[in-house]
Amino acid sequence: MTDKTETINIILRVWRQKGPKNKGHLETIPVNDVSTEMSFLEMLDVVNEGLTLDGKEPIEFDNDCREGICGMCGAVVNGIAHGPEKAMTLCQLHMRKFSDGDTIVVEPWRSRAFKVVKDLIVDRSPLDKIIQAGGFISIAAGGAPDANAIPIPREIAEKAMDAAACIGCGACVAACPNASAMLFVGARISQLVLLPQGKPESAKRALSMLKKMDESGFGNCSNETECEAVCPKEISITNIARFNREFVKASFCSSEE
Amino acid sequence: MQLDAKIPGGPLTEKWDRHRFELKLVNPANKKKFNIIVVGTGLAGSSASASLAELGYNVKTFCIQDSPRRAHSIAAQGGINASKNYPNDGDSIWRLFYDTIKGGDFRSREANTYRLAQVSDNIIDQCVAQGVPFARDYGGLLANRSFGGAQVSRTFYARGQTGQQLLLGAYSSLSRQIGAGKIEMFPRREMMDIVLINGQARGIIVRNLINGDFESYAADAVILATGGYGNAFFLSTNATSCNVGAAFRAYKKGALFANPCFTQIHPTCIPLSGEYQSKLTLMSESLRNDGRVWVPKNSGDERDPNDIPESERDYFLEKKYPSFGNLVPRDVASRNSKEICDAGRGVGPTGYAVYLDFKKAIDRDGVDTIRNKYGNLFDMYENIIDDNPYKTPMMIYPASHYTMGGLWVDYNLMSTIPGLFVLGEANFSDHGANRLGASALMQGLADGYFVIPYTIGGYLAETPIEEAGIDHPAFKETGEEVMAHIKKLLSIKGKRTVDNFHRELGKIIWNYCGMARNEEGLSKAMNLIRDLRNEFWENVIVPGSDMDFNLSLQKAGRVADYLEFGELLVTDALARKESCGGHFREEYQTEEGEAKRDDENFCYVAAWEYNGPGKAPDLHKEPLSFENVELSQRSYK
Repeated sequence: MTDKTETINIILRVWRQKGPKNKGHLETIPVNDVSTEMSFLEMLDVVNEGLTLDGKEPIEFDNDCREGICGMCGAVVNGIAHGPEKAMTLCQLHMRKFSDGDTIVVEPWRSRAFKVVKDLIVDRSPLDKIIQAGGFISIAAGGAPDANAIPIPREIAEKAMDAAACIGCGACVAACPNASAMLFVGARISQLVLLPQGKPESAKRALSMLKKMDESGFGNCSNETECEAVCPKEISITNIARFNREFVKASFCSSEE
Repeated sequence: MQLDAKIPGGPLTEKWDRHRFELKLVNPANKKKFNIIVVGTGLAGSSASASLAELGYNVKTFCIQDSPRRAHSIAAQGGINASKNYPNDGDSIWRLFYDTIKGGDFRSREANTYRLAQVSDNIIDQCVAQGVPFARDYGGLLANRSFGGAQVSRTFYARGQTGQQLLLGAYSSLSRQIGAGKIEMFPRREMMDIVLINGQARGIIVRNLINGDFESYAADAVILATGGYGNAFFLSTNATSCNVGAAFRAYKKGALFANPCFTQIHPTCIPLSGEYQSKLTLMSESLRNDGRVWVPKNSGDERDPNDIPESERDYFLEKKYPSFGNLVPRDVASRNSKEICDAGRGVGPTGYAVYLDFKKAIDRDGVDTIRNKYGNLFDMYENIIDDNPYKTPMMIYPASHYTMGGLWVDYNLMSTIPGLFVLGEANFSDHGANRLGASALMQGLADGYFVIPYTIGGYLAETPIEEAGIDHPAFKETGEEVMAHIKKLLSIKGKRTVDNFHRELGKIIWNYCGMARNEEGLSKAMNLIRDLRNEFWENVIVPGSDMDFNLSLQKAGRVADYLEFGELLVTDALARKESCGGHFREEYQTEEGEAKRDDENFCYVAAWEYNGPGKAPDLHKEPLSFENVELSQRSYK
């Protein structure tokens, strides 16, 4: 096992914004001797340690699990949500993907529906509100039939799992020119409508989730497919097609308003 | 203080049924008159919030993240146990109960553990009904796999993302109740303290993490589902925001803290690479189903692992434990890796790693099968370590992962503070001195969906609770205390960052109170922690203000708690002069180097009572009686 550690020098251009009502700007911070074994967030940790000791305010950024599953982290790095690597959250991006002398521009998600809280942190609560509008199966604790009562073809269960892998990070919204949340909503709708348990509420769900999405200030889909390109969990846009189909079915073939 | 676990009478198999009948009920029409606060939205908190709201209670739920969907239950990879016995391989409620008691090295309560096994089947039913996409076989029925510490296949899973899928199931039930107006959800709030009125838990003070405001909320009962304290080690598999704060504030308000020294070090994590490192990433234990753990027979063998012939490899787990092999429980696997590395036989740049090799499984099943089972884990490994585990064995090393200790609770999951209930990892009750794989998810959901909805009703129906809102002086008093605490952290303006203190604390605890402990080291740790805490309060630097989002300030509060809690952890480890499960005291081991329990003197729950700053806590003992299982030396040979 050889030790692969190298160090590089980079120039960070990072978005600083005190609060939702303040004006933001890009600040330039040169960072030297960055180990290429570091993750991107560990690099920011090191920068923040330095800023703190210099009596300056550290760069605020959301993060939690640091293993790519909680969906808390995320920033636009060099114009790409979650950075240059495919199928990866920001916390899993490593500095070995950058070269000595690189300038790295880091900005928060940009979308009308996501207000900037501070620096790289945005308010993604509109995504929760869409789920609250119908992204569930109405089952109270205690009344469930035996888990094997309804066999589900493996292929269908796998498709549902593909859609269910969404981590709710909001990168799809940040990447979309319309700041649409269609991939997020489509993934949830797909998971539930593919499974027999979710079918009874499918019409109501499609209508109410779409309504809430529109109310929250997200745009609509114009098939740019930018969402799919940046999705850290590689959620497919076929889920948007399935959502559209469900919406049309619900609008014309159901009694739901 | 006399600890009463309130374990119902009667035979073990009938206790829960009987208790559910004996518990007083709250009339459906009266439920809406009761307000319940739930802190935390992991599996336990989300499922409890949803279930209580479904029953008709008014629920206020709080979480630290921007959304309840992000709690750290989401990171659990491998699976969830249940005694369904779908594979017809000999499982039963009794076997799951027995495995859990034995896996916990006979330091958990029989009655709680049996109940856990009993409700395990309902959890799977509930989750499937919510739309959790568990893995299925070609006939469309649910698939199972085996997991560390068990010889039956009872683990249900959703690829390597079981925790995520179960949490999203609970989150969707929670969201349904929020949408219906039955739950008020407060994200980005950190609980700063609990408010007691007449000795009962009646509310909480939280800090709004966006604008720094202190907010008061009153209720008739408070539920903490705030997770474990694994981040006391700084480096752990936990998320960065995981903290002991809420549980520790409850401890300081009179709730006893039980078995803090029972910490779990998970055997399969990606090893440490540098000083800047912020976390250790878990590689699911399910990997041990197909991966073989080994090191070179000769120390200092620096050849590429693929060039080391079979005859020069030491498959030390298979050799030492022929019947369980690589599937021994976590504590046993971790300790063996540590011993091998301490003896200078570890691999990798630091010498603190062992190989986890999939070559045999790939040769046997083909690379596609292995990719189907573990693809996401292999990808994660390759991304972090820059090495392809399909071709070169993985390197793994143990890391802090889960904490079995927690706030003491009785059979009703109520702490020693009336009206304060504690669920999930935050309590101590079900896993004894070591937790088996795929049992944390089971416990979180058991507590939230199927235990608390019954037991909290018994409390509310039976207990006189006086009218009191946030205008009660107790809220003002507690609020002022926590405000002063925050102001103080900002006022020190020293020269050492919060993370720097946390890192050092973690090293102390890892070195002296980690996988192996002894009296001398623990005593030393006690002094080191005290010195570090004193320095913290003189020399910490917390930038920014308390009026807006300030992660450093949040962290400072959590590290301040860990600096006190660390001492409690060490105190408990010192006092428990035996080895059991994850608590391995080097002075107490068998000739073969296994944990040696002392059932005569230590077959009890150690519950610690806070006595004020600078004073040693008092130890209260809850004796553990085993009427249904025979205490034996754990053997996985």
